[in-house]
Amino acid sequence: MAASGGRTVGSFLWKCGNCCFNFNTVSSNLTCQVLSRQLCVSAVLHRKNLAAAGPEKFSEEFIKKQVEEFNIGKRHLANMMGEDPETFTQGDIDRSIAYLFPSGLFDKKAKPLMKHPDEVFPKQRAVQWGADGRPFHFLFYTGKQSYYTLMHDTFTKALAVEKHQDRLRGKGLFTQDTKQISLVGSRWLLKEELEELLVETISEHDYARFIQLMERLLSLPYCSVEEDFVQRYRRQLEIQSSKQQVQPLQYDQHGVAYSTGDGRRKTATGTVLLRDSSSGSISINGTNYVHYFPVLQDREQLMFPLHFMGVLGRFDMQCSVSGGGHSSQAGALRLAISRAMLSFLSEGQVETMRQAGLLTPDPRIKERKKPGQEGARRKFTWKKR
Amino acid sequence: MALHRLSFRLRQTVAQVRPLHGSGCGQQQEAVGMETSPETFSIFRTQENDPACQSEQHLGQYYTVPPSHFHTVFPHGLPPRYQQQVKTFNEGCVMVRQPALELISHLKRADYSKPTLRYLLYGVKGSGKTMSLCHTVHYCSTQGWLVLHIPDAHLWVKNCKELLPSSYHTSRFDQPIQASNWLRNFRTTNEHFLSKIKLRQRYVWTKRESTEEGRLLGELVDMGVSRVKSSSDVVGAVLKELRLQAGGTEGGFRLAVAVDGVNGLWGRTTLKKEDKSPVAPEELTLVHNLRKMINNDWCGGAVIATLSQTGSLYAPSSAYLPQELLGEEGFDSMDPFVPVPVYLYSEKEFESCYLYYLDRHWLQHPHSETEEGKKELIFLSNRNPSVLERLCAFL
Repeated sequence: MAASGGRTVGSFLWKCGNCCFNFNTVSSNLTCQVLSRQLCVSAVLHRKNLAAAGPEKFSEEFIKKQVEEFNIGKRHLANMMGEDPETFTQGDIDRSIAYLFPSGLFDKKAKPLMKHPDEVFPKQRAVQWGADGRPFHFLFYTGKQSYYTLMHDTFTKALAVEKHQDRLRGKGLFTQDTKQISLVGSRWLLKEELEELLVETISEHDYARFIQLMERLLSLPYCSVEEDFVQRYRRQLEIQSSKQQVQPLQYDQHGVAYSTGDGRRKTATGTVLLRDSSSGSISINGTNYVHYFPVLQDREQLMFPLHFMGVLGRFDMQCSVSGGGHSSQAGALRLAISRAMLSFLSEGQVETMRQAGLLTPDPRIKERKKPGQEGARRKFTWKKR
Repeated sequence: MALHRLSFRLRQTVAQVRPLHGSGCGQQQEAVGMETSPETFSIFRTQENDPACQSEQHLGQYYTVPPSHFHTVFPHGLPPRYQQQVKTFNEGCVMVRQPALELISHLKRADYSKPTLRYLLYGVKGSGKTMSLCHTVHYCSTQGWLVLHIPDAHLWVKNCKELLPSSYHTSRFDQPIQASNWLRNFRTTNEHFLSKIKLRQRYVWTKRESTEEGRLLGELVDMGVSRVKSSSDVVGAVLKELRLQAGGTEGGFRLAVAVDGVNGLWGRTTLKKEDKSPVAPEELTLVHNLRKMINNDWCGGAVIATLSQTGSLYAPSSAYLPQELLGEEGFDSMDPFVPVPVYLYSEKEFESCYLYYLDRHWLQHPHSETEEGKKELIFLSNRNPSVLERLCAFL
């Protein structure tokens, strides 16, 4: 990056200057802006306190330059990959980078990345005051100008709505049953998202007050006038169950419907072939399930998905499982059974299963043993002396 | 509960209509789901308490063993969990099942002048082999046979604290405690025979003690119980006598040898000699004599045996077929035999067991009375009798 390159060169020269020129030299070849009388000062004092400087600040021209460079780079990349530069999307960029720079690292943030500068550089506020030192915004000295602007705007709108209501009441046209803003399927902005929007930090108390004010606005009957304003601060919730992929039912040569599912838990993996016959026989790795899982708890785990949907005696199961211990094998099979059952069920039933937690893979794995401790949590015996 | 009181009142009317519906043991019977016809009263119970008269129509139903018979016929043969159940329910009910009926029909039709037939009950763990054996033993004792019931042959090949070198045969080992225990139980089972059978041979125990020819078997058994040191030899003598006299025409009786866990007689033991070398089963007096008994070189009786994986040593838990559990040696000794497979509960049998537990108020949980609860029980136990019993134990 050009700016940092310049800075490091500058600091290098500055340090060089310190070593070489111990005594005052006015006519130096240094390009640094600050010229100081060189006394016997050690380099430590002049080393920058990086922590106190805060996050890096980028100027607007710098960001603009980065955006131009990004666009040019995008076109070059498209040419390299043999694609049309006009219709080269971000997804194509990601794929091309992953192809050109394959990385064996696991952490997504450590892999090479090429994104629009707005996503890479955090949003920063432009300089808030003019050449004379006078701030532009009237609320600058509150410290949280965007937040308080927002609060004032919201309250103004609330007052406007109330005034509108009073006018209607005066005309006699006031009715309670007006179109209400639909809040179903959306949520308020989170504190982090609000901070991102306002480009300044707010406290939890501030956030709570903001939500309170919005709720107050929504409590007015005629708030639908300000629907756009309110929706700006709400996010849609995704419908979880639409993410579930349901395999279609398959039929074998006798016309019996069957489906497969697989599941994993800890280190055990299991696959299940569910057949729609009227017997309830279950075989695991070729042996009877009562013999394979002598513990009642494991059999209860197998029973849970079928019992929950009420189809206990209906299905015939052929399972195979490996790895892990008996409990994790039972958990893996339970997940596999639930997934296999999805093809036999309707959408509403799929949703109930998801809410029951039958379709969620259990993320718990064995915790890593740390050095200096005997186990993951257990410390060595503490000896007083 | 109002339902039960109503059913009690109904019982009076029903009793008039069908006089067969009296209880076998004088216990109150309470119908489950009395909106159905009074047939549910006896759908899992039968009044036919005599095993000889039971037939296919009684399949799946429970018959009650009369309490007078209980302690004489079964001092030691029943599975321990079943004994606890009997104590809890205050009655001993046995389900009439196909393997037992098959065995009883074979016993009825067998020709007792020919060498003994050997019957082997086999099946997966917990399918009801021991209970079928006990049912057959009950039949034999009601028919007046002499029953030689060895509750578990595995008890003789493991966990023995005292191993005495045999006085009779130097390379063999005696097990005094096991032998005397068995003799005591044998005495309880066959009281009336002990005063009838006379010995045909003279037995010398020590320099000073001997039992003369013509003495009663009862005396021999008493001696074996009291003199623990020679009890194993007494057992051997008893077996020999019975073998000789079983098919006899004068005062002939039929001999039923019922052995549970017969696969313990062949195979390995966990017992060790003083020099820590393992003891082979042949070196145990009890096992040696019992093997002679199981051979089909005598006539006038039957040998009914059960395989058992539960107490067996060095056998994988998935093994249940005769070949796997008996091993080569055992299979050759038992061959030829009549195999009788014992299966898990059929739907009817499961229904019957479930109703019995409900009737005895063993299933306390309100959900277990519903259809769904029944399906859950079927799933979790896969209709395995012992698994079902253990499952219902905490419901």
